[in-house]
Amino acid sequence: MSAAPATLLRADGLAVGYGGRAVLTGVSFALARGQRIGVLGPNGGGKTTLFRALLGELAPLAGALDLPVRRSVVPQTERSRLDFPVSALDVALMGAVSRLPWWRRPGRADRAAARAALALVGLADRAHDSFGDLSGGQRQRVLVARALVQDAPVVLLDEPFTGLDAASAERLEALLDRLAAEGRGLLVAGHDVEQARRWDRVLCLNGRQVAFGGPDVLTREVLEATYGGDVVPIDCAVHGTDRVVLPPHHHEHAHDA
Amino acid sequence: MTHAVVHWLTDPWAEPLNRRALLEVALLGLSGGALGCWLLFFELAYSAESLAHALLPGLVGAALLGLPLLLGGAAGLLVAAIAVALAGRAPVIGRDTAVAIVVTTLFGLGVLLALSPATPPGLQSLLFGDVLGVSNGDLALAGGLVVVLAGALWVLHHRLLVVGFDRTSAAQLGVRPLAVDVALLVLLAAALLVAVQGLGNLLVVAVLIAPASAARLVARRMLPMMLASAAIAVLAGIAGLYLSYHARTAAGASVAGALVLAYLVAGLAGGAAGRLARA
Repeated sequence: MSAAPATLLRADGLAVGYGGRAVLTGVSFALARGQRIGVLGPNGGGKTTLFRALLGELAPLAGALDLPVRRSVVPQTERSRLDFPVSALDVALMGAVSRLPWWRRPGRADRAAARAALALVGLADRAHDSFGDLSGGQRQRVLVARALVQDAPVVLLDEPFTGLDAASAERLEALLDRLAAEGRGLLVAGHDVEQARRWDRVLCLNGRQVAFGGPDVLTREVLEATYGGDVVPIDCAVHGTDRVVLPPHHHEHAHDA
Repeated sequence: MTHAVVHWLTDPWAEPLNRRALLEVALLGLSGGALGCWLLFFELAYSAESLAHALLPGLVGAALLGLPLLLGGAAGLLVAAIAVALAGRAPVIGRDTAVAIVVTTLFGLGVLLALSPATPPGLQSLLFGDVLGVSNGDLALAGGLVVVLAGALWVLHHRLLVVGFDRTSAAQLGVRPLAVDVALLVLLAAALLVAVQGLGNLLVVAVLIAPASAARLVARRMLPMMLASAAIAVLAGIAGLYLSYHARTAAGASVAGALVLAYLVAGLAGGAAGRLARA
């Protein structure tokens, strides 16, 4: 990680979309080494579109996008086939393929890297289990291990906490903290406002960039602009009235874009 | 008693014709069994069947013109592939229907040609195969197919895994799904061209799909699944030849029947094992 520059990616006035029509505009933010940015927004608000632009799959329609280092992505686990005949180690090893020309197979060093990544995410003893037999949280961590084998300084995580129980979510969050501490930059898409307050920066999207900054930008006004009017205030002795939770339908996941 | 069993087992192989059939069935079993696993997970079973049927006019045309069947089959495949690609773009009727129409049309054309008075006798072997009549050239081709498939599937193994596992994030792992799809279709075309001569137009799909479906019920990882599938294909192929010899049934159909039976046995065994595991 030591070779990576201080700023791992930067967007300035970025607009992206499909077929020349922008679905997300005015995005300006930067990701530094060791930073975790929470990306909040409703389904269809542009989170996935932004990720696709950051991965180089969509060209900017306007603005500038500076991508000096390699990125890896941790997709939603629902996208992978559970009946596919692969072990956790097979999936982690897929991360090595990106660094090899097409005629080369992953070798012994790649296998060792895949084992080390599985150990790092706490799944050393499940390496030979079928991917489909693992729990949702374990599958998510296998996909994180795959991104680690890719060894990119930037990791994009597409709603990694979806469907996880509290214990699994806590474990994944600790893992992400550790990756950031090692100097990686993380973009974490999600719906959990309370969790986003614990990240270093938050990026709020709803067809445009609503806000970017430290967790204190998550005011009630910003959240209402991000999620439309669908914000339910809770009057809570600990958090006060400004702290809000979202209605449960935001935790249903049709994939946006 | 033992004497009778030994005779039952060894008698078929006294004839060179049957020994060649055994070798052909084993080689095609290795190829079809291993490749079939990928066809299942890339959802290409229907494509395999469509291409096998649609190349019939090419085979019949070559037989009518006295050209090598391999050449006719290749031309037939090319025409079928282009027709399917074009039909897929037809508005309103939808891709699935378009493919079905193209395949039925081409297959019908092939049958029409095959039944014309000008057609030399023996063309039914194009439909049902002539595993007892394989030439040295056929055996060499089948051997070549095993080598090519083994090499290609070995090199491409991890890329095939990446695309089959999650097509949408394959690009991020440095794998182009289109390139992998094309590579797999080329291997399928090669396997069809070689296998269709031994097993025939109607039965070739059995060796590609049935052993892989059976292996899928018993294996949990891709490589063991491919090995199990190849083993099932070879064993079922040999069982089919025994059946054909002792019951005097058609060789190609017996092999295809044994392959499907292997799937049913694996299904019953898998189901029973599942019930035991749950009990």
